[in-house]
Amino acid sequence: MSEISLKDVKMDTVRLKCPVDAEALRKLKLGDLVFLDGPLFTGREGVYKRYLAEGVDPPVPFREISNVNFHCSPAAKILPEGGYEVKAVTATASFRFSKWMPAWLEKTGVKLIIGKGGMTTEDYRRTFVPNQAVYLTTVGYGLGATYGRGIAGVRAVYWLEELGIAQAMWVLDCAGMGPFIVESDAEGNSLFELSNREINRNLGKLYEGLPEPALRRFGEITNREDEVL
Amino acid sequence: MPSPDPSSGTAPRTALVPGEIPSATIEAVGRELMTRAAITIPADFKNGVQQMAETETQPLAKYVLDQICCNYDAAEEDLRPMCGDTGLPRFYVKMGNDCRLQGGFAALERGLRKATADGTREIPLRPNRVHPLSRKDFDNNLGVHAPEIQYSFEPEGDWLDITTVHKGGLFGSDYRMLFPADGIAGIKKFFLDTMVEFGRRGMACQPAVVGLGIGGCKDTTMRIAKEAACLRAVGDRNPEREISELEQELKVLGNSIGMGPMGFVGSSMVIDAHVEIAYTHTGGMPVAIHTFCFASRRATARITPDGEVAYRSDPQWFTPYYRREGIE
Repeated sequence: MSEISLKDVKMDTVRLKCPVDAEALRKLKLGDLVFLDGPLFTGREGVYKRYLAEGVDPPVPFREISNVNFHCSPAAKILPEGGYEVKAVTATASFRFSKWMPAWLEKTGVKLIIGKGGMTTEDYRRTFVPNQAVYLTTVGYGLGATYGRGIAGVRAVYWLEELGIAQAMWVLDCAGMGPFIVESDAEGNSLFELSNREINRNLGKLYEGLPEPALRRFGEITNREDEVL
Repeated sequence: MPSPDPSSGTAPRTALVPGEIPSATIEAVGRELMTRAAITIPADFKNGVQQMAETETQPLAKYVLDQICCNYDAAEEDLRPMCGDTGLPRFYVKMGNDCRLQGGFAALERGLRKATADGTREIPLRPNRVHPLSRKDFDNNLGVHAPEIQYSFEPEGDWLDITTVHKGGLFGSDYRMLFPADGIAGIKKFFLDTMVEFGRRGMACQPAVVGLGIGGCKDTTMRIAKEAACLRAVGDRNPEREISELEQELKVLGNSIGMGPMGFVGSSMVIDAHVEIAYTHTGGMPVAIHTFCFASRRATARITPDGEVAYRSDPQWFTPYYRREGIE
C-alpha cells in the first residue's frame, strides 16, 4: 500500500453513474470531487435497524435499486397532486452507523457510502476494503440547496409510514448531484486522517502555557490527538 | 403517521381590543420568519464567511468555503432551505412593557406552534423533533417543549419582537465547571478543547459563530452561550471592555488552530466569538460553549399594534436592560 500525503491531493473532478461500477471506484483518489447521475437511496439507523435487526426486506431488493447509500434525511414536501419533492438534503454523521456496516455492505452489495465526516480508518480497512466499498463525504455539510439542485426527482419512498419522513428510505434520481469529496479510497486511506495528522503537529504549540483545569472531569480525553469518534 | 392538528386546539378567539397585537398577525409573521430563516442567510454571517473564503489559502478549505458561499446563493435563487438539516426551530420573544397581545400569551404560543407545524410542511423543513426514547415523530417539529420559546422584556414600548433560530444540535456545544483559579487561561483551554474536538472532520459544521456563556447557574450558562452565538450580529462586541477583548482573543485563537471547514488544514474556524456573562456563585466559574454553524438560520421581525411588521437582520436581543446589574 502506497503512503499518501496531503500534497498528493489533486481535487480532480469525476462524474460517476449510479449504480457505480467497481472499476470507476478503484480509480477514485483521495480529495477527488465527485458528481453523481442516476439512482441512489437514503438509509440511516431506521433503515439499518429495520432490515438488519428486524429482518424486514424492503418492497424492492436493494440490489435492484442502487448500490449507492446516502446517510441523510431529506427536507421533503408532499405535493397536493401526489408524489414528493425533495428540495434540500444534508448528510448526517456516519460514524454512528459503524456497527451496521459489515452486515450492511455484505448483504446489500452497497459499494458507495455518502455521508458526513467519514468513519474510522479501522472501519475502512476492516469493512469497506474487503467489500470494495468507497466513502464520499458531503462538502461543508450545510449545502442542502446545492445537493437539492442535483435531485431530478423522487423515484420512490419506502417505509414512510413506519419510519417517518426523516428515517424513511428515499430513492432519489440524481442529475449531476454533488460535489462530494473522496474521503476513503479503495485501499482504505482517509483524507480526514491525513488532515488530522497535519493539524496534530500544531497542538503542542497551541496549548503552550494553558494549565489543566482545577477540576479534572471523568470522561475527558487526556490525549488531544484522540478523536471523538 | 398521524399528526396532531394544531389548528384543532381549543384556544378561544377573543375579540381584538384596540392597541393589541392581533393573534393572526403573530401566526403569519411566525410562518414568514420560518421561511426567511431557512432560506436566507443573514447578511452579517454571509459577509463573515465570504471574507474567510477570500483569505483562506489552503486549497481544500478554500474549496469548501467557496461552495458554502455558492450554496447561500442557490438557496435564495431557488427558495430552497440552505441546509437539509433544518435544525430545531425555536423562538425568542421580546416585548415592550406596554405590549398587549390579543388572546394573551397562550394565543402567542399557539400561533408560533401553528407556524412551526405549517412551515415544516410547506417550506418544507425536515421534521427533526422526535420523542427522545420512543423516537415518535409527528412530522411537524412539534412536541413536548418543542419549539422552545424564550422571553425577555424592555421597560419601554408597545411592540413585539419575534426571532426564530433554526440550529442543529448534535456537535459543538459543551459545558465545563471551571473555578475562579482557572481564570482566563482556563476559559481559553476549554474553548480550544471544544474547537479541536468538534472541529475534526467538521463535526461542528464550521466556520461558526462561537458563543460563550460565563457564569450564572448551569442552565443560565448554557442559555446565554446559545444566545451569544445565535442572537448577536457578526462584528458586534460586548460593551464591557474586558469581555470585548476576550471575544477578539478567542476569535484569533480559534483561527490559529490550523483547522478550517470540515477539519481540513486551514485557518477558518471562527467567524466571530461572542461572550456573555451572568453573575455566578462566588466559588465557581461555569462556562458553556455553543457553535452556530455556517448555515446560521435566523430571522427577526417587529410587530406594532397598528399591524405594521418590520423585518430586520439584527435581533437586538442583548440590550443594556437585558444585561442590567441593578434593580432597574
